[in-house]
Amino acid sequence: MSVLKAAIVSALKEDARFRARHYPESVIFCVVPRAKFVEAGRVLKKAYALLAAEWATDETPYVRGYAIYACYRYGSEYLIVKSDIPLDDPVFPSLTKHFVPAYRFERQIESLMGLTADKHPDARPWIKFEDWPADAWPLRKTFDASKPLPRVQGEYKWVRAEGEGIYEIPVGPVHAGIIEPGHFRFQAVGETIINLEERLGYVHKGIEKRFEALSWDEGARLAGRVSGDTTVAHSLTYCMALESMTACSLPDRANWLRALFLERERIANHLGDIGAICNDVAFAFMLYQTMRLKEMLLRTNLRLFGHRFIMDRILPGGVAADIDSQGITDILEELNYLSQEFEKLVVIIDENSSLEDRTRATGILDPETARDLGVVGLVARASGLNLDCRIQNPFPPYDRIVVNVPVLIAGDVHARVWVRVEEIRESIRIIREILTTLPEGDITTAAKAPWHDTSGFAAVEGWRGEIIYWLQAGPQGEINRCMVRDPSTISWLGLERAVLGNIVPDFPVCNKSFNQSYSGHDL
Amino acid sequence: MIKILYQIFRTGIVTEPLPQEIPAEVAAIGVELKAEIWKHFNRSLTIRQVDAGSCNGCELEIHAMNNAIYNCEKFGIHFTASPRFADVLLVTGPVTHNMEIALKRTYNSTPSPKLVIAVGDCGCNGGIFGETYASLGGIDKVIPVDFVIPGCPPTPTDLLLGLLQLMDKMGGKGRR
Repeated sequence: MSVLKAAIVSALKEDARFRARHYPESVIFCVVPRAKFVEAGRVLKKAYALLAAEWATDETPYVRGYAIYACYRYGSEYLIVKSDIPLDDPVFPSLTKHFVPAYRFERQIESLMGLTADKHPDARPWIKFEDWPADAWPLRKTFDASKPLPRVQGEYKWVRAEGEGIYEIPVGPVHAGIIEPGHFRFQAVGETIINLEERLGYVHKGIEKRFEALSWDEGARLAGRVSGDTTVAHSLTYCMALESMTACSLPDRANWLRALFLERERIANHLGDIGAICNDVAFAFMLYQTMRLKEMLLRTNLRLFGHRFIMDRILPGGVAADIDSQGITDILEELNYLSQEFEKLVVIIDENSSLEDRTRATGILDPETARDLGVVGLVARASGLNLDCRIQNPFPPYDRIVVNVPVLIAGDVHARVWVRVEEIRESIRIIREILTTLPEGDITTAAKAPWHDTSGFAAVEGWRGEIIYWLQAGPQGEINRCMVRDPSTISWLGLERAVLGNIVPDFPVCNKSFNQSYSGHDL
Repeated sequence: MIKILYQIFRTGIVTEPLPQEIPAEVAAIGVELKAEIWKHFNRSLTIRQVDAGSCNGCELEIHAMNNAIYNCEKFGIHFTASPRFADVLLVTGPVTHNMEIALKRTYNSTPSPKLVIAVGDCGCNGGIFGETYASLGGIDKVIPVDFVIPGCPPTPTDLLLGLLQLMDKMGGKGRR
C-alpha cells in the first residue's frame, strides 16, 4: 500500500473513503469530511508529503455543493483529498498553517470561487483586484463570464515596513523590458532589500473559466496558450489528464514524439534564460550567443514540425507532427553542433570570475525554505530538492528513459544557471536516445469523450517544473472544471524570499534566474 | 583579465560564421524598412512594448527580433524602457480587465505623434481568450490601434514585415 494512503487510513480510519472514477488509478483519491480536511493535511505532512495544489470546484451541476481539493505529493505518489462543502456555508478550513504554498492557493480560491478560508492569516484577495465587485466569483456556475466586470472603489493594503531610513520602491505593472506585467514593491534600507511584496494578477485572462465554455478538443488549444513559452508541456499535461479519463492508449510513437517536443522546448528556454541571466549582470555577449543557438532550434522546429514553439502539435489522442528519417538526421546533426557550441560557452561562463562574483551567493533560496515553500522544478533542484516528474512520476516514454537531473544545494543564482546548463546537456542526450529508439507506427488514435462525473489528473515536468492539470467532466460529459497549476503558482513565492538581504540592483538577475511565468500564474 | 578578454575575443570569432545565412527575405525587408524609417521617423523608430495580457508567446518573438540574426537595431528600430521616449507602442493582448488602466496610462504617457501596433491574434481580436469578464478582447477595445500584425505568435519576420507595411500605409500622412 502506498505510504500516503497508509498514513491517511491509520489516522482517519473510516472517515476517509476512497473513491473510484478518478483517473489515473495510480493517483489515490479520498474523500474526508470537511472537519477532517486539515487533519488529513497534518497527517500527510508528518509522512513528508508536500502540498502540490489546492483548488475548489462548484459541483452544483451534479446537484451537490462546492468542494475543496488538496493534492499532495510524496516521492512517486500523488494523493488527492476532497471535502464537500455545503452551498449555504461556503467555508473551508485553511491549510496555510501546515503548508506555506496554500497561502496563495487559498487566497485565490477565496477570490475566484468565493469560499472563505477559515483561519487564513491574510484575507486580502489575490488575482481579484480591489476594483472588482466583492461578489464577483468567476468560477461559480452562477457567474456570467460573458459580461464585462464593473469597476468599484477599493484599496489594496500593502505590507509596510516603517522606520528611519526605510523607503519604498514600487515597480510595474509595466516593466522596462520586453516582459510580462506584474507589480513588485520593495522596502529597502540603503540598497538592501528588507521586504519584497509581489502583486500579480495583471494578466488574468479567465483561462480556467474559459475552459468550461470550450469542447475537450478546443481545450488543448487553450492549454497551449496558458503560458506561451511552455506551450508543449501545458498541452501535453492537458492531453494526458484527458486521456487518463478516457482510458485512451496512445501509439508508442506518439509518446516518444511528445517527449521529443518537450525536451526541445526545455533546451530552447534554458538557452534563452542562461543568456538573459548573464545579460542582467552586464555580460551581454552571452545573450547574443545563446539566442543565436536558440534561434537555430526554433527554425528547425518550424521546418520540421510547422511551428517555432511546436504550438498545437500535441492533441488529445496523439500528436499532429511526425518526423521522417531526414528530419532525424537533421536534428542529430544540429545537436552535435549545438553541443559543441554550447560547451564552448559553458567554459566561458565557468571561467569568468566577474560573472561568478555577481551570481554566486546572490538570491539564495536555502533548501529548508525551498522545502517549506514547496517550490518545484529547476528552482527546487537548485535548492537541494530532488524533484522531477520525469523520474518520480515517469509518464511514457520516460519509464524507459533514464533521466539524470542535477541537484545543487547552494540555491543561488549560480546554482540556477548551473542546473540549466546540466539540464541542457541531459536533454541533448535524451533527444539522441529518443531519436535512435523512436518506434514506428501511427501518431494518433481516436480520442474519446470522457464519461460523465469522472476526473483526470496529470503531472508533467515542463522546463520550469511540474505542471499539474486536473479535469472534471460534468453531468453531460462536458468540461465542468479544469484546474491548471503552473510551476509559477508556487515558485513565485520563492523569489520573495530569495531577494531578501540582496541589493535592489540585483533584483533583475534574481528574478531572471527564477524566470517564472506571469501568465501561467495569473491564468 | 587577459584570459577573459581573450575568451571574449575568441568567441567573437565564433559568432561570425552564423550557422544559417540571414534569410534573403529578412535582408530585403531590412533595406526597405531602413529607408522608410529614415523618411518618416527621422532615422530611428523607438518602440515601447506593452504586454496587456498575452500568454508571453509574442514576447518571445519580439525578443527574437533583437537577436543577432534578425538584429532589428541595425535598421534603426530599437526598444525603449519608457513610453515617454517611444514613437510606437507595440501591444500584445488580449487586454485583460486588470491591465486596462495600466495600458491606458502607458498610452497617455506616450508623446504625440504616436502609433499603436496590435501584435498577435489575441491583440487583434482577443483570440482564443475571447471577450469575457477578464479579457476585454483586442487592443482596439481600449486604445486606438493604427496597425495589426496577426499570428500566433507572429514570427520575427512577420513582425519586421508588419513594420514595413505600417510605413507604407502611413505614407506621407501625419501620425496621431
